[in-house]
Amino acid sequence: MNSTVIFNIIRFFLLIAAQVVIFNNLTLFGFITSFPYILFIMLYPVNGNRNVLLAVSFLLGILMDMFSNSGGVHAAACLVLAYFRPGIFKFSFGLSYEYQTVRLDDVLTPERFSFILISVVVHHFTMFLLEVFRLVLFWEVLLRTLCSTVFTILVCIILIYMFKPSRR
Amino acid sequence: MQQIFSFIYKNSHKLLFLLLLGISLGLTIQAHSYHKSKVISSANFVTGGVYEQINSVNEYFHLKTQNDALAKENASLRRMLFNEADTAKAPVVDTIKGVRKVDVVVAKVVKNSYTVPENFLTLDKGATSGIKADMGVVNSQGIVGIVDHTSANYATVVSILNTQSKINAKIKKSNHFGSLVWNGKNTGFVQLIDVPRLASVRKGDTIVTGGQSVIFPANINIGTISKIYTDNETNYYTLEIKLFNDMTNLGYVYVIKSKDREEILTLEKQSQPNE
Repeated sequence: MNSTVIFNIIRFFLLIAAQVVIFNNLTLFGFITSFPYILFIMLYPVNGNRNVLLAVSFLLGILMDMFSNSGGVHAAACLVLAYFRPGIFKFSFGLSYEYQTVRLDDVLTPERFSFILISVVVHHFTMFLLEVFRLVLFWEVLLRTLCSTVFTILVCIILIYMFKPSRR
Repeated sequence: MQQIFSFIYKNSHKLLFLLLLGISLGLTIQAHSYHKSKVISSANFVTGGVYEQINSVNEYFHLKTQNDALAKENASLRRMLFNEADTAKAPVVDTIKGVRKVDVVVAKVVKNSYTVPENFLTLDKGATSGIKADMGVVNSQGIVGIVDHTSANYATVVSILNTQSKINAKIKKSNHFGSLVWNGKNTGFVQLIDVPRLASVRKGDTIVTGGQSVIFPANINIGTISKIYTDNETNYYTLEIKLFNDMTNLGYVYVIKSKDREEILTLEKQSQPNE
């Protein structure tokens, strides 16, 4: 049990609490909701155990599903994001991302922004597609993905900079 | 044998992903098929308790509108009391059973959702207050939904703003029946489908519950007709209904317990042919 593990556990519960209490009630124009709880998956240590990440993402999603009565929608979307996370890292930061220390909570460079963007799009598209569950409303899924993605990215960046660990 | 183990070990990441994805997709599919036993629901001790805490804070911000709604309801009840049709006539009693047919339980909405295509509410009363699945939920303005799952102290409700819900409804003045559904778009409007062409419908007509189902008693308000579509291929109208209820702002609701429900259901089961 080192400090990283404890720090991540605290972040897990804080993000769930923030999502349920604040962000689920914060809707723009009646249909745009932000889901900053996926910050947990994004901020999980780069070299951490990948199987643990999958299991924890599943747990995170199932808890969110319990709160929003949505079956397994959040769980599936979180799993997909957790599974493709190394791929997105590779795409955004280049091949040798595991050797250089990638920090998300630092100055917003194009690499960091593209990582956040792709992660949020992957998660939201999976989630809204499963939530609607039929192709008749495909354009609505795209519209909702687009709007919610913008909203979530804004909230995520604000949260990252609000809780940026002060160094030195 | 060793190769199998080494294969599993080597691909543990992929296999774990597929296993968990399978579970979550299974849960999703189960949730989408209406009224299957849902494994994950907010009618449990943890989430119900959390929502009750949040709601106890939120309640204060809506006290004024709640008071207004209660005062209006009191006024309308009083109006009914003073304008009783014939005060000399003794009230009709159901002489066979001698009991009221419908009982009402007051509950509070601790969690309301209206942004997704399949919306559910969570109530702060459950099985210990006598609430069971498939009971109707209304408030003073109109219908709200149907009870889905109950735990000891909480219950989830399929909102009428749920694309899976289908409720029997009729046009108040002509008694033509249709099914009330929601297309998942606007929270203020639902659709009444399968209304026969013979029915004379006009904008502004009131829609009430039909009473063909055992869930709702007849003549509970739903909304008014705002648009009329005719389907050229079939002989049915599709009506756009503006709800009386503001589904985005719900406080106290009434759960309707129909006393004859069990009897009707067992009777109907008997007359149905065996499958």
